[in-house]
This record gives sequence, structure tokens and C-alpha cells, in this order.
Amino acid sequence: MSKRRVIPGFGMSLGFSITWLSLIILIPLAALFIKAAGLGWEEWRELLGSPQVIAAAKLTFGASAAAATVSAVLGLLVTWVLVRYEFPGRRLLDAMIDLPFALPTAVAGITLCAIYAPNGWLGEILASLGIQAAYNWLGVFIALTFIGFPFVVRTLQPVMADMGKEIEEAAATLGAGRWTVFRRVVFPLLVPALITGFTLAFARAIGEYGSVIFISGNLPMKTEILPHLIIIQLEQYNYEAAAAIATGMLVVSFSLLFLINLLQRRIDWQNR
Amino acid sequence: MSISIQSIRKTFGSYTALEDISLEIPNGSLTALLGPSGSGKTTLLRIVAGLEFADPGSGKILFHGEDVSEISTGKRGVGFVFQHYALFRHMTVAENIAFGLSVLPSGKRPSKHEIRDRVKELLGLVKLEGLDKRRPHELSGGQRQRVALARALAIRPKVLLLDEPFGALDAQVRKDLRRWLRQFHDEIGLTTIFVTHDQEEALELADEVVVMRNARIEQIGSPQAVYDTPRSPFVYEFLGNVNKLTDTSGSHQYIRPHEVEIRFAAECDPSTDELGTIQHLFSAGPVASLSIRLDNGSFLDVEISRKILDEMCLDQKDRIAVKVRS
Repeated sequence: MSKRRVIPGFGMSLGFSITWLSLIILIPLAALFIKAAGLGWEEWRELLGSPQVIAAAKLTFGASAAAATVSAVLGLLVTWVLVRYEFPGRRLLDAMIDLPFALPTAVAGITLCAIYAPNGWLGEILASLGIQAAYNWLGVFIALTFIGFPFVVRTLQPVMADMGKEIEEAAATLGAGRWTVFRRVVFPLLVPALITGFTLAFARAIGEYGSVIFISGNLPMKTEILPHLIIIQLEQYNYEAAAAIATGMLVVSFSLLFLINLLQRRIDWQNR
Repeated sequence: MSISIQSIRKTFGSYTALEDISLEIPNGSLTALLGPSGSGKTTLLRIVAGLEFADPGSGKILFHGEDVSEISTGKRGVGFVFQHYALFRHMTVAENIAFGLSVLPSGKRPSKHEIRDRVKELLGLVKLEGLDKRRPHELSGGQRQRVALARALAIRPKVLLLDEPFGALDAQVRKDLRRWLRQFHDEIGLTTIFVTHDQEEALELADEVVVMRNARIEQIGSPQAVYDTPRSPFVYEFLGNVNKLTDTSGSHQYIRPHEVEIRFAAECDPSTDELGTIQHLFSAGPVASLSIRLDNGSFLDVEISRKILDEMCLDQKDRIAVKVRS
């Protein structure tokens, strides 16, 4: 760092950042990998290849992706309403978006379960329509949507608010209808933020435990999520196996998030 | 295409933005809406564009005799250029310019080939050949504004509306672009209205200047007319520098700095002149400007040619006589 910089303290702040990152992220992760390495190769393959783990992985990643997608669509709509319209109760609605962040996830889980179970408020109505919304895939999906949705709103909101009316007006004077303006001008500009929101919701959903386990029912091979499998291993003092599943999860999650990031960079670069 | 604005009113809640505005804009003219911020000039332009609608039952906007008051902005055939360009930053320059053509219903939309030719033609018109693949962030302010202009022209608008078109540019680019726009207007002859708060810009560029203030039109006329015969003290003060002199009876008199005559204090004629002291003298340029403190306490800005200044050998603190009465 022989080059002089205008902003002082680069060395110190970088040092701090790396120390801090190490303490709270890198060291725990390293410990996890070391623990997982206690298992032999065969044991690894057997554990991660077991039908129960594979079923749980499919459910976890599948339901997370579906929930994040739906969160992205709904989040876009809600953000639009929050940013574009003035209506009584707007601030209240705005504040309510953050509730899933603050609520203990177990509370959320029990509440969702109570509402969506076949004898619950909404569950009863859905059951009369022949839809079961708890103790199955749909229940997991509902819980993950609840958890992920605020991420999308909060990432989109500032971008949409900053966008201003002018480009939409410009498009309108050029003859574009409302839908065309949205499709060709507004939406493309929101895509990077939308992907960030999706990614955050997705990442959160993969690791989510508290709000899911009540509504899912945790039926092995059916409604069991990966974090729950880890807990089961922990309860049996099977620390290596728990660490191994966690490591597998991390590797897959990291690869997916990394891919999404690459995609976003590409779009961002085009959009600049 | 002539534009006729007939008793337009616009209120936002309890705030009146436009109060019974009527204005005739002849075909092919270049008209400036000039006024301080809050005078209603931008609102008027936006109503002409169809981006804003006049109060119900207030008045009409006619394009070439045809009532367009209820027609949406996209169908009015107006080219609108925004102060901050409002380019689509996720599109290339060519895509920006082609936008208005590409959103036409499929029956009316030109072929890809025709659109490409039109974009090329427009890029030539605004002197941006070869920049078609760039994105807006790779352009300078002046280039962006010309892309915005080309984009507005692509739909072959019947009128061109510019909202503070040079507001966000540096002084030099502003001057160049201003001159270019005047020349450009003379070439294509499109009826054009532009909004500005810069009197110099309005006077230099426009065929006709509409001076606005507090939701009303203060004066309409050629640049020469509004400058030489302002109809109100407001117009007098708004159009260029002016000295406001208050005589002993309390009535005001306006005199432009270049209209003031000066002579040596020894030659003072008490019936028309006031004595004063040169407080400050600035002479870097073809015209020297003097700030004179009169003995009655008021200040007067005076502009004289360098030649006169040199001949009189004036300097700061010199006593001088100023002719303020005819």
C-alpha cells in the first residue's frame, strides 16, 4: 500500500474487518468443517446419500426456492403499493412488514400452525376446499414465505422510491401504455434489487428452523427439513453427522448464492 | 402545428399553480416560458404535454384547432425533454431513441430495418454519430440531453416541449447547446416551447418570451420588446440587471446599467445628475462594470465600454457624476 489514499485508515479498517469476520464467521465455519472431517469418506457418502437426507434436502431447497419466488412477486406488488400510493394506514402497513424480522420464529411457527392447521381459522376454510395447508409441503412453503417476504420489500423499497416519476413519464409521452412502461422500463430497473431480495429470502429460508417445524409436522421422508435432521443428530450426540449435514448444506447454499450473485453482476453491469 | 391555450386553471389542493392562462403559440415558433420557480411555467408545459391535466371545466388546449385536452400524453404526439434527461439507463443510446417507435402497436410499427435507419438519421441530426451502442452513463451531460432530444423526435412529434433543457449542464456546454438548438430549430421548424428561469437563455434563444409570475402571465412579447418595454417592475427586474432608484417623493425609477451616463464630478449638472464615489471597478472584459455609491446612500451598477473607462482614467475611490434624470 505505497499509494497514498485520501481516506485514511485503510489498513486499520481492513484489519478490523478481517478480524471481526474471522471471529464471527470464519472460525465457527472452520470448526464446523473440522468436526465434519471427523467422519470417513464412506460415512460421509452414506449419510448424505441416505434417502432421508436427500428427501429433506429436496424439500428444503425446493420449498425455499418456491417461497422466495412467491415472496419476490408478492413483495414487488406490496412495495409498489407502499411506494406509489398514499392511503390511510400506509405507515402502519409499512411498519408491519418488519414484524417477521422481529417475531421469535417459534412464535411465528406456532401461530401459523394454529391458523393453517385443519382445525384452525384459515385451515378450516382451506380444508373445506380440499386443500390441506399444514403438515405437508404447502405448510413448509407458507412458513418460508412468511419469513422471506420482508427481505424482498425492504430491498426493493429504496430502489423504487429513488426511481422517480420522470422515466415513466418519458415513456408515456413516447406512446407506451401503462403495461409497456412497467414491462420495458420499470421492471428491468428493479430486477437487480429484486434478485437481491430473492437471494436474501432464499438464503434465510434454507436455514429457517423455528417457524417451520410446527407447521411441517416433521414426518420423515415427507415434511422433514434439513435443519431438523441436524437437530435430530445433535439430540443423539451425533456431532460429526450433524456437522456433515450442515457442511453439505453450506456447500450447496454457497454455490447457489454464488451463481445468483454472478447473474446479478451481469445484469447490474448492463443496467448501470 | 399551432398551440392554443385557452383559460387554463390548475390547482393542487389549496395551491393555485395556474390562474386562467391563455396563450397563442404560432406554428413553427420557438417560445420561452420564463419565470422564477413557482411561477407555474413547468406546470403549464406539463399540461400542454398531457402529463398533467387542467382543473375540470377550466379551459382547453388546442393543437392546430383540435381540442386535445382529454387526450392522453402518448396520443398527443408531443416530444418532451426533461431537465434531468430521464433516459432509460438499462438501454443503449440506440434503444433509447428507438423506444417510441418500438412501442407502437404492431400494425403501425416500422420494421426493424426502418427503425435502425431512423435511429441513424436522428443520431446524425443531433451530432452523435457512432455512439449508438453506448449506454447513458457513458455519455456527458450535453450528449445525454441530445439523446433525450433525439428520442423525443423519433416519434415525429407535432410539437417539441423542453423543460429546463439546459438546467443541469455546465456554463460552456449550456451556451454551445443553446446555440445549437436555435440553429436546429431553424432547420426543422418544429413548434417548440421551452421552460427556463434564465432570462439570458430566454432572450437569446426564443422568438417569443412569455414571462410568468405567481401563476399568471406577466408579459408576452419578442425578446426585444420585453427587454426594452417591460410592462411591470417585476419584468424589468427579472430581465437582466437593473438599478432601482427611489427619489425624494418615494416613486421608483428603473435604469439598466448600460443606460447610465457618467461624467467627471467637475462637470456635474445638478438638475439631472447625482454625485457619487466609485466603490468597485471590474474591467476584465469588453465591458467595464462599476459599482457606484451615490451621496444619497444608494448604490448604482453601471456598465461602460472599456474605451470610455480608459479615456476617463477612472479608478476606485474616484468621485464621479451620474446622469440619472433626463
